Amino acid sequence: MRLTEEQKAILDGKKGETQAKVMETLVRYGELFGADEMVPVTSKYNHLVTSFGLKALGSVYTLLDELIASDALSGQKFSVDPRPMDKNVPANLIEKFVFNNFMYTKQQEYEEQLKKLGLLNDNAFTCTAYMDEVGNTPKKGEVLSWSESSAVVYANSVLGARCNRNSGIIDIMGSIAGFVPSFGLLKDEGRKATWVVRIETSEMPEAQLLGSAIGMKVVEDVPYIVGLDKWLGGKLDDSAKAYLKDFGAATASNGAVGLYHVENITPEAVEAGRSLIAEGAKEYVIDDAELQRVYDSYPVIWKNKDAKPKICFIGCPHLSMAQLKRWTADIKESLEKNGKKKVVVPTVFTTAPDVIEAFKKEPEYQTLMDEGVVLSYICPLMYMNNPICQKVPTITSSNKLRTYTSARYYKDAELLNIITGGQN
Amino acid sequence: MKQYQGRIVAKGTVTAKAVVSHNGLNTLASFQKALQFGDKTATCGDQNNPDLYGKQMAGKALCLPRTIGSTTGGLVLYCACAMGRQPACMLFSEPIDSLAAAGAILQDVWLNDSHMPVIDSLGEDFLNDVKDDMTITIKEGGIVEIEE
Repeated sequence: MRLTEEQKAILDGKKGETQAKVMETLVRYGELFGADEMVPVTSKYNHLVTSFGLKALGSVYTLLDELIASDALSGQKFSVDPRPMDKNVPANLIEKFVFNNFMYTKQQEYEEQLKKLGLLNDNAFTCTAYMDEVGNTPKKGEVLSWSESSAVVYANSVLGARCNRNSGIIDIMGSIAGFVPSFGLLKDEGRKATWVVRIETSEMPEAQLLGSAIGMKVVEDVPYIVGLDKWLGGKLDDSAKAYLKDFGAATASNGAVGLYHVENITPEAVEAGRSLIAEGAKEYVIDDAELQRVYDSYPVIWKNKDAKPKICFIGCPHLSMAQLKRWTADIKESLEKNGKKKVVVPTVFTTAPDVIEAFKKEPEYQTLMDEGVVLSYICPLMYMNNPICQKVPTITSSNKLRTYTSARYYKDAELLNIITGGQN
Repeated sequence: MKQYQGRIVAKGTVTAKAVVSHNGLNTLASFQKALQFGDKTATCGDQNNPDLYGKQMAGKALCLPRTIGSTTGGLVLYCACAMGRQPACMLFSEPIDSLAAAGAILQDVWLNDSHMPVIDSLGEDFLNDVKDDMTITIKEGGIVEIEE
């Protein structure tokens, strides 16, 4: 890899041993992928994946202490994934005890570290920092050092920014150095599609199910998706962005997709069309039967598969304002239809702290409260990430949450029916 | 005895029993229990991975095509190494992915007493040939031997 004189000097220890190790990490990382140079990080803000003060991550906190002590701080302010705890989310005494005394004992300490390193503000805890209300929205063509698989795939695909699927720790190192190795999704050739996915369903495919199917099939490749534009109304409006947020999260968690193009919708596909498809691209056709096959393949790992759900999470990744309003209206209508006043399964909507603040000013907020839904900034994945919560029959419309926990996935309409007391 | 040539990602030599995943390894889902709940054997907790689910990974030669899933992946591997709950080595049939690469490099650069050799690009035949419990040896120069 070609390094500038400045980069070579840092690698040789001009700025101290810790900065040299940061540079060595980035150089070795880039060399594995054939990076020819380090390029400047050009986004205004960074985004980090690690938001949880988990006792088990002691070695990470030690590493961050080493960075702070050496003044190797982030060159950018950053947002970070959601907090793992919120007192508003239903939890029994044992669960609370486990969270506070066993799992997340380092939360406060870790948040202090984040502040020293460059945390944007106290509200900057969300996996959807690119929402307008949060304001960490990269521009097309900007180079990022982000992590969080759902945010990276969104930034690349929907916003047209350039970011590799960086791991936690690598994310902040790019920001400390101010450079990232140039390879993969940072390069034009790395953004070419090696799969053409044809959507031939009879109705609008469920975003989380479609993303799962594509993620499992193409794994880490770039798909060019044909036939989805008609279901998205032909334009990239708030509704399409919300759809693609959920779709992308499923491609990234059920596979390792970092970028997708949707014909006539996503910015690079609008600009360059089918010239984005690489020679010899493979083809995958998705029809109703294929989606059903994927849906049926999900294992249900509840001890009692017929158990009554005890909690429902909607919002992994965090919900957008438009989604909050749509779910509120859908629940109202369904409760009325079923002759109920409140949801019959304790239900938690998760969204960014800044979106919560904005939503509280909207008339739908009171409606949602009247429906008995809890509104939280929590990360449901981190909430469920323990043996006690894993035993609680949990339902969700998130394919990401299904992948990492014991939560059972249902399509939106099925989930709505269950939480509003409809008949099966 | 079969021999395969790969690329060294993190150097070292070791001999261990194989545990094999033919699909991408979801690092977070697989190592959650090892990191949080005192599972020193690092039993794979990924319900979507029928090859590995419920099997011990710590101290084994973990053979796989690539890793997938959350971008905590590299950090999870780094922590598993720091806690001594890592595989004896990781052997990738394909060129390594960015998350596993991060874990391999971070443990090599930042942990003084970690030792998890990582080899990638061993080829499709390697993953077709290797089976659970076969003895695997990493030799100098990125050479991997399977004892049948």
